Amino acid sequence: MAFLEGHALFRNLYCLLAGNLDNTVACSGRGGLLPVGWEWLAFAITAFAITMVLLNVFLVVTMFYTYMERRLLGRFQGRLGPNRAGPFGLLQPVADAIKLLTKESIVPRGTDLLLHNLPPVIMVATVFVTLAILPFGEDTFVANLNVGVLFFLAITSVNALAIFMAGLSSGNRYAVFSGMRAVAQLISYEVPMVLSVVGVILLAGSLSLVEIVEAQRIPFFLLQPLGLFIFVVAISAEMNRTPFDQLEAESEIVAGFHTEYTGMKFGLFYLAEYAAVLTSAAVIVTLFLDGWNGPWLPSPLWFLIKVFFLAFLFIWVRATLPRLRIDQTMAFAWKFLLPLSLLNIFVTATLVLLLGEETATGVALSTGGLWAMAGINSVVALASVLLFARMVHLRTPVHPIPSMQPSPSEVA
Amino acid sequence: MPIRSEPVTVNVGPQHPSTHGVLRLRVTFDGEVILDMEPVFGYLHRGSEKLGEERTYTQVITLTDRLDYVASMTNNQAYVLAAEKLAGIQAPERGMYLRVIAAELQRVASHLVATGFLLNDLGAFATPLMYCFRERERILDLFEMLCGARITLSYMRVGGVFQDAPEDFWPALRKFMADMPHYLDEYEQLLTDNEILVTRTKGVSILNADHALNASVTGPVLRASGLPWDLRKIDPYEIYNRVQFDVPVGKAGDNYDRFKIRIDEMRQSLRIIEQCIDQIGPGPVRAIVPSLIRPPIGDAYGRIEGPKGELGFYLVSDGSIAPYRFKIRSPSLINLTVLRDILIGWKLADMIVTLGSIDINMGEVDR
Repeated sequence: MAFLEGHALFRNLYCLLAGNLDNTVACSGRGGLLPVGWEWLAFAITAFAITMVLLNVFLVVTMFYTYMERRLLGRFQGRLGPNRAGPFGLLQPVADAIKLLTKESIVPRGTDLLLHNLPPVIMVATVFVTLAILPFGEDTFVANLNVGVLFFLAITSVNALAIFMAGLSSGNRYAVFSGMRAVAQLISYEVPMVLSVVGVILLAGSLSLVEIVEAQRIPFFLLQPLGLFIFVVAISAEMNRTPFDQLEAESEIVAGFHTEYTGMKFGLFYLAEYAAVLTSAAVIVTLFLDGWNGPWLPSPLWFLIKVFFLAFLFIWVRATLPRLRIDQTMAFAWKFLLPLSLLNIFVTATLVLLLGEETATGVALSTGGLWAMAGINSVVALASVLLFARMVHLRTPVHPIPSMQPSPSEVA
Repeated sequence: MPIRSEPVTVNVGPQHPSTHGVLRLRVTFDGEVILDMEPVFGYLHRGSEKLGEERTYTQVITLTDRLDYVASMTNNQAYVLAAEKLAGIQAPERGMYLRVIAAELQRVASHLVATGFLLNDLGAFATPLMYCFRERERILDLFEMLCGARITLSYMRVGGVFQDAPEDFWPALRKFMADMPHYLDEYEQLLTDNEILVTRTKGVSILNADHALNASVTGPVLRASGLPWDLRKIDPYEIYNRVQFDVPVGKAGDNYDRFKIRIDEMRQSLRIIEQCIDQIGPGPVRAIVPSLIRPPIGDAYGRIEGPKGELGFYLVSDGSIAPYRFKIRSPSLINLTVLRDILIGWKLADMIVTLGSIDINMGEVDR
């Protein structure tokens, strides 16, 4: 019963309810409250309870995060930020939620209703599904999926489809622009993102997020500095945050794909966007920053601290950087990130081959070998990024194409 | 298999986050590339020129406030210069110094708004805008000391200024003058070395000098193309021939030069204000002028170097208390005419930035 390996709370609740516990080793003692043969109900109730708790806690954390983002942006911009609703403006997310829920949902004429109503749900669902595989603390997770990394990468790529649907459904031309940008950008940045994780998988020897955290005798950001850099850049493009916020570039295409959404459908897009920052930060923490591990404090707290530290960095970047143009964004992915991620895989695989020692389960590195690798990889990361920054120019002069009509100056 | 594609026409504006007012751009796109573009304006037309013919020479000043509403001071200045020329009135020296100080402060404020919005158009999420507005706020506070208003100032009068600066104006101005260079250094440090900003603006939407001359473009847009044409040097008015300053020019005439030149001009404006503070002496600030001015029959054209270019007022008098003809030469409208030529072939994102770099104000375009 693989699901019982998870959270202790889950195990206890299941053991309390289930009648027949013969086929499990995790529970000890006599049968539970439900009669024998009703184990499916015990499972359903337990799963439902856990899911509800998890989702609601996550929603509250996301709400706090939106408050934090708006306050911090205010600080970065030399203003106060929301401070009216409740003490320090803490109730601002609640007020926003009430406002969005009570607003009229306006659908423009000629809209494909299925394509219009589906994307907000998909966007939110993909973010929430990610929670299933995240290890929040020691022995605290819903499912220890053996292909966790793959699952995360697959789920995030569904976003591109949802945004494309949202962009095309309303017929608004700004939204269509956004939809086309979404297809180009999100799919392009998936390539370096997937490739940058390969280095981590090579070191951990597993795709399970729990096992990746357990494999981090040295935090992987020391062993994979280049991988971390590429992953963070690519994932901020996936979340479409500045400097890659092409999809909802406010000054260019108004609100992009959600221009024609109102009320809670718009609210769901925003919820998904902010929640995606947290889940992405959580995945970065899991893959590169040693997950829940840390001294003194309990493990879920460490996890939360690391996630919010990364979220703070994302807010900082958002408050600082201007946006790239779409062709420069694409060029950055294909000319800069992709070769770097391939280089990272090559160097990491070579080092694993050279420094690794044969063990019963496969090739593993000793702690000394890991430190040697950390040194070599840091140098490689720094050198390659500097070299590529000199070699790759996004400042390509674009030759304007001839216009449809001759311009007045040509006539004269 | 060839895919059938066709150009798509989009109306950018009049309601759009970054058209700087109610400007509408009818743009034909091939994907993201601009094939054709036509600015459509008139959404903010208030008939200022006709209204001016119905008002006395003093009342017209309030109309000029509402032309370029981020630079009221220079609008006032251009109008009162034209009216003084028409009526043959000479403003006292202290009045002229106060006018120049106010106009140069206004230039700094206007360039701050232009720079801030240009960066906002580039996608920097409101942070540079807020920084620029922080300093603009100080300038507006100074204006409030001078005349009580912050945006629609009506500070200048035919024959001088409305009133002398109060006592607490001078220490506040000195404090601002001491702080502002650091703020400018901060912008340059934060922005001009920013790789993304340079990538986005260098070499984009080049306006060469010949084209700029043909289109009678003026102001920072012309100087960014490499021509040192500044009315304060070429045709000095007020006391500009008594102060030392340089005319910064650009090289390429691209968006980066148009952005950079405004920061350089702010430094020069500060230089001018500093010299004015040193040179200003006591005396009256306003010539004795009848409340209803009746200029002799004739016409006059007064022009100044406004923050956006050559701002001129052409006045015709028939000897009555109101101008017979009140014509505005607004730099925003004329600078807007080159937009199509420098945009074709560039992308949607560049369009917004180029529009911001030309720095138009719809109040002045539509009048």
